[in-house]
Amino acid sequence: MALSLEARSRLVPEAAEIIGRYPRPRSALLPLLHLVQAEEGYVSADGIAFCAGQLGLSEAEVTAVVSFYTMFKRRPVGRYHVGVCTNALCAVMGGDAIFADLQQHLGIGNDETTPDAAITLEHLECNAACDYAPVMMVNWEFFDNMTPQRARELVDGLRAGAEISPTRGAPRLCSWQEASRILAGFPDDQAAGGHTAGEATLAGLRIAREHGWRPAAPQAGSGQAGPADAGQGQPGTAEPGTGDGGQQ
Amino acid sequence: MTSVLDPVLTARWDEPDSFLLGAYLRSGGYQALPKALAMHPDDVIGIMKASGLRGRGGAGFPTGVKWGFIPQGDRKPHYLVVNADESEPGACKDTPLGLANPQALIEGMVIAAYAIRARQAFIYVRGEVLHVIRRLHLAVKQAYGAGYLGSNILGSGFSLDIVVHSGAGAYICGEETAMLDSLEGFRGQPRLKPPFPAIAGLYACPTVVNNVESIASVPYILANGADWFAGMGTAKSAGLGIFSLSGHVTTPGQYEAPLGTTLRELLELSGGIRAGHALKFWTPGGSSTPLFTAEHLDVPLDYESVAAAGSMLGTRSLQIFDDTTCVVRVVLRWTEFYQHESCGKCTPCREGTYWMVQVLDQLERGEGSEADLEKLLDICDNIVGRAFCALGDAAGMPVISSIRHFRDEYIEHQKRGGCPFDPAASTLFGELPQASPSAREPAR
Repeated sequence: MALSLEARSRLVPEAAEIIGRYPRPRSALLPLLHLVQAEEGYVSADGIAFCAGQLGLSEAEVTAVVSFYTMFKRRPVGRYHVGVCTNALCAVMGGDAIFADLQQHLGIGNDETTPDAAITLEHLECNAACDYAPVMMVNWEFFDNMTPQRARELVDGLRAGAEISPTRGAPRLCSWQEASRILAGFPDDQAAGGHTAGEATLAGLRIAREHGWRPAAPQAGSGQAGPADAGQGQPGTAEPGTGDGGQQ
Repeated sequence: MTSVLDPVLTARWDEPDSFLLGAYLRSGGYQALPKALAMHPDDVIGIMKASGLRGRGGAGFPTGVKWGFIPQGDRKPHYLVVNADESEPGACKDTPLGLANPQALIEGMVIAAYAIRARQAFIYVRGEVLHVIRRLHLAVKQAYGAGYLGSNILGSGFSLDIVVHSGAGAYICGEETAMLDSLEGFRGQPRLKPPFPAIAGLYACPTVVNNVESIASVPYILANGADWFAGMGTAKSAGLGIFSLSGHVTTPGQYEAPLGTTLRELLELSGGIRAGHALKFWTPGGSSTPLFTAEHLDVPLDYESVAAAGSMLGTRSLQIFDDTTCVVRVVLRWTEFYQHESCGKCTPCREGTYWMVQVLDQLERGEGSEADLEKLLDICDNIVGRAFCALGDAAGMPVISSIRHFRDEYIEHQKRGGCPFDPAASTLFGELPQASPSAREPAR
């Protein structure tokens, strides 16, 4: 694929905006690579040349960076990048079985794409969601507590174009290219929607509530005393706001 | 009964809008900031030192001391970089914090930047957590809108800009100097220390790199006082920490508790090991910390006690494996992880992790010998302490500790000519789908 003149004319000001965020231009390289990946679905030779040109680097210097980071893809990726965590804990709890089953179900191997260009399958290292193992990711959104059956249904739904929501994430699953654009630092409008916490995230909080346990110096607004009354009785600011007794 | 759990950072995670500025303000947020801005920056550092807060990213270095290392009056720009590149196998606390309470992180960053006299800060967040990244962008935007970021914050004359910087998939970038190289637009490879980032960090300028949980704790410490924080936990391991419980347990999840809590206490509260099974082994601080077994259930989970028992508190990532789990398989998979994530800079780590995968793979298939265990230990001896950064050390920990605790199980593989465990039994769904030939399928 080649970056069209039209695409370049759109990307140049966006690249300038990204570069402007940093004290030194080269710091913008990772977001710029996310940006060209958002444009083309992967980091093409043209994408590398574009980044090099914006930063005054050689294409070799940029390529050396691209090849270091696993999220930058050098071949086209399907509309949905489907990742299965096969790090030790997820693997043992079912990730290995899910990954093996999906390879068979989709008829593709690791890092391969279905012929309809819908799905690229990849096994992933730890996704920082071990309390929801086994975990899958689609376009870097969480699909928690998966089973082989649910994984099949998920990819079938994705291929059929069904509306899919992450189990813990944005209201609407965005495309691979849209996701890359967010990584470049141009977020979409979904930040205020979707989930705040899943069940496991709240496990300790729920137990603490059941026992009526509160920190020695409660936080302001928790329906208890504010920082003014904290700990050793030092004077402090008055409790602000309305509090939120309903939570207690 | 005294409190086993003390939710502070996690206290409002169940409010659907807890990530919004309004909800944070409602809970008393941004009360600490004006207090800090009214103080001399050195006094803010003094409070952090007195609180006893130690870095929550794994190493446990005292946060206030780190801030105090930043040279002042040096006429160089200073930088604050928040390490949100949570990737340690087992670690899953900063990600939910970013989803549910990002404003505490932002407020903590402003206070920290004020203390070290930085005008520019970054959040280096792993790229694979899209919704967290959205929330961080939103939090920064809302903070700018309310005058908590930007020029002349709250009329104090202090100014700060924050950039949310997404990584691109590299565990090693959680190592602070690799993170700085990555943030400068290079491959994320660790630097030789010294000089430490406090002297020569980002762009060779004085830089503090702190974990998400450390910085998010700052407003609460400023608001409630150093004594409040220091009064929890143990004398040398002060305060609260988020313990991440995962694996074969009845109720996995996040548990915020004083340091010094034991796994037994956490398990008793949360329903224990999954029904019908017994604890076999666990990590106190993620895969990079030596394995513990059932005999360590009562080890207080603070820096000193865990070290005295032969492991490390790390990121308090309690990965629990029950009696259905093959320890050889788990260690093989962790070793594959370290091989994959080794940046390649140091030969012992780059080559050693590769060799260990080959040896462990043979052992797991029952084609190894007892001599291979000595070979593994010898390779570990040649990696640990011989690489620039802690990834090499980490790679040795599961291998060495598993051979220490489970030598017989390695040998059993050889005797049987294969793994004695049924991989289906260790899954959560019990049976494997048909035609799923083995437990270890991923094509590498």
